[in-house]
Amino acid sequence: MPRVSVWLIRAALLHLGAGFTLGALLLVNKGVGFAPTMWHWLPVHFELLLVGWFVQLVMGVAYWIFPRFGMTRAARGREGLAWTAFILVNVGVGLVCLGLFGVGSGFALLGRLCETVAAGLMAANIWARTRASGIAAM
Amino acid sequence: MPPLTRWYIKLALAYFLAALAAGVWQAAGGPLWLTPVYIHLFVVGWITGMIFGVAYWMFPKYSKDSPRGSDWIAVATFGLLHTGLWLRVVGEARSSGELLVVAALFQWLAGTGFIVTTWPRVRER
Repeated sequence: MPRVSVWLIRAALLHLGAGFTLGALLLVNKGVGFAPTMWHWLPVHFELLLVGWFVQLVMGVAYWIFPRFGMTRAARGREGLAWTAFILVNVGVGLVCLGLFGVGSGFALLGRLCETVAAGLMAANIWARTRASGIAAM
Repeated sequence: MPPLTRWYIKLALAYFLAALAAGVWQAAGGPLWLTPVYIHLFVVGWITGMIFGVAYWMFPKYSKDSPRGSDWIAVATFGLLHTGLWLRVVGEARSSGELLVVAALFQWLAGTGFIVTTWPRVRER
């Protein structure tokens, strides 16, 4: 597994932990009503799990497992794009969560922009690798 | 494919159908409690169940003697995730706060169990 996939998947696992913890607190609150303002965290629960967990896991696994261009370091395309996507998706989730929690409307916008650029970079990297299996020239 | 993965995937497929059927019921004017049930049958039962099962099967091996890490934590994770989801469904339908609390605890433990068993398998080769 390449290093960037390790970081993407481990970051996804951290988001899974945070998202499940928040989800459990929301559900307990629904059951026994210990904190009326808890519902403000519902969009953050969605963001952590949909983008932080699902999307980031898919990015990490796709970069690892899609067909390669040989056995060199560049076999998985431009590694720098994947690292940039990793940074942007995590910064994006953080900014969106801050925005959703009311820190400032600009945070959510900037966060969504970061996530979109991350998706574009990952798509650019994966695009040429989406082909019949087997090692092939670039 | 290990037996636990087969269970995960077959149950995930069943949840996929159940989620879509719940969506049909919801669109036909089903009760309000159906909305969170529909969403969680989809994202927990179908998507998360499929991910947990495939990751257990395909991620790099933990060790030669224990290729997928702790078997009992993996089985407990499977049981807690699905029991928790069903308690959620019944709890929502009956408006039972106690069942929702237990469902929350079970699903949180399942998520934690998955992270604990998967984390050491996510590494460079």
